[in-house]
Amino acid sequence: MNRSKIGREQVRHVARLARLELSAEEEERLEHDLSAILDYVDKLNELDTSAVEPTAQVGESGTPMRDDEVTNEPAPEAVLANAPAREGTLFKVPKIIE
Amino acid sequence: MAKDELYRLTITEAQQGLRKREFSALELTRACLERIYAVEPQINAFLTVSETTAVEQAQEADRMLSRLGNDAPALCGIPLALKDIFATRGIRTTCASRILENFIPPYDATVVAKLREAGAVFLGKVNMDEFAMGSSTENSAFGITRNPYDLERVPGGSSGGSAAAVAADECLAALGTDTGGSIRQPAALCGVVGIKPTYSRVSRYGVVAFASSLDQVGPLTKTVRDAAIMMRTLAGVDPRDSTCSARPVPDYEACLTGDVRNVRIGMPKEYFVEGIQPAVLNAVRAALDCYRAMGAQVQEISLPHTQYAVAVYYLIATAEASANLARYDGIRYGLRVEASDLLELYNRTRAQGFGAEVKRRIMLGTFALSSGYYDAYYLKAQKVRTLIRQDFEQAFRACDAIITPTSPTTAFRLGEKTQNPLEMYLSDIFTISVNLAGLPAISVPCGYDENNLPIGLQVIGPPFGEEIVLRVADALERSGFVPRRPTVV
Repeated sequence: MNRSKIGREQVRHVARLARLELSAEEEERLEHDLSAILDYVDKLNELDTSAVEPTAQVGESGTPMRDDEVTNEPAPEAVLANAPAREGTLFKVPKIIE
Repeated sequence: MAKDELYRLTITEAQQGLRKREFSALELTRACLERIYAVEPQINAFLTVSETTAVEQAQEADRMLSRLGNDAPALCGIPLALKDIFATRGIRTTCASRILENFIPPYDATVVAKLREAGAVFLGKVNMDEFAMGSSTENSAFGITRNPYDLERVPGGSSGGSAAAVAADECLAALGTDTGGSIRQPAALCGVVGIKPTYSRVSRYGVVAFASSLDQVGPLTKTVRDAAIMMRTLAGVDPRDSTCSARPVPDYEACLTGDVRNVRIGMPKEYFVEGIQPAVLNAVRAALDCYRAMGAQVQEISLPHTQYAVAVYYLIATAEASANLARYDGIRYGLRVEASDLLELYNRTRAQGFGAEVKRRIMLGTFALSSGYYDAYYLKAQKVRTLIRQDFEQAFRACDAIITPTSPTTAFRLGEKTQNPLEMYLSDIFTISVNLAGLPAISVPCGYDENNLPIGLQVIGPPFGEEIVLRVADALERSGFVPRRPTVV
């Protein structure tokens, strides 16, 4: 199989972008799987699309406008109920600035 | 019907019985709960059974029915199962992922709120592939679901819990989502009806996002009429989902005339090719003969870019997913794996929270959007998406509806495709184009293979053509096709 599509270093680079810590086994597996999938999607290059406009969204065009009004009551307890760590009405996170 | 067998009813039958006071919503709900407890050890469709909520809702529905009688909403007292992708206020919503294992939404998805308002009863939340990524429900972090027709086979996916629960009569109908076939393919594999509406027809507010330019919400039901009833409640404008269409919602039940005379049915030659299980081809061809006999005009058409759909889909869907899933960072809700600095916290939380398929798709999508590859992969896929969309525009100039098999095979064995992601992706080959083009499509049972496994037929319509899709599918149900119930549960 053609393994040139994506190498180990590239897998690590993409994992950094995606904020995913990968084990060595996962890196190996992903290198193989992504290469196989990218080989498959290469078939798109059979088509000349130089004169084709891309489709980002189907359906009705335009974004409806609305007034900038608050429609919900503040509910800090409901929102914080799922917080993994909190202090008072704040989300608690590791120190970011020394 | 004996009161302990009420779970077998369709929505249409239950509506009549409830209105005539032949049984109460509470009796109907209790029958479904008993059924759930009886068959779940074999099927495992439910992640959460919300018995307390269901009983309260059923009692409220009974009050509503006695107050309003025949004017009660269509779904009043109807017990439903919800895919665990819909935010349900106060009921755990996991998306079948470790990262949301203990998440209890403080709000309802718009479709959930609409169903609550209509007096529907929520039996619980059902299994799915993690974040709706998969075609067999084997990617759930919380165990597999089995096909009620053969417990050694998959129910399809990603709405596999929804399809299995309906097929096993654990609920009267279920809610699912469909990004590349996730309602239609499990409906086909479990012998039930499943409709994916036109993109933007149903609100996605409160539905965990997978690929936002493709995701749609729809019902899985025992009959086409039941799907029409559900659609009328689900569809319609929502100020909280800016992509949601403001078009008026038709009375979908009124279009079920049984009349398909002179309806022009397109049969795309690219969907009737080698590699499809012979029993599937034969059943769909027999159904087309049936349509001819009912007076429809069946003609061969071409959708020439069909072979590129899976490649386009796996670039666009993964790119959108990689962006949508960036929100799971362990800060405000969901799993957090503690670390000394923020970056480590993100990396470890996501490493432990996501399963293998979700990671694979995040990686592919991140790669397709990354600097230096965006044009070659993501932009290229968006351009070929245009060609696929244009294929359908062209086809619908010459026909009113398109008929294909829903899936190239009947239900495959558990574990059969888990080691080869590409092979799993190819099981969506007949459903994916419909999402890329934003069209409505339904899967309806049309036969059984030599192992008594159900076969699904797909009817595709033009944008906002839910009425023709439902009418054509309903006509097949009326033509004398006799569905077989699962025999193992």
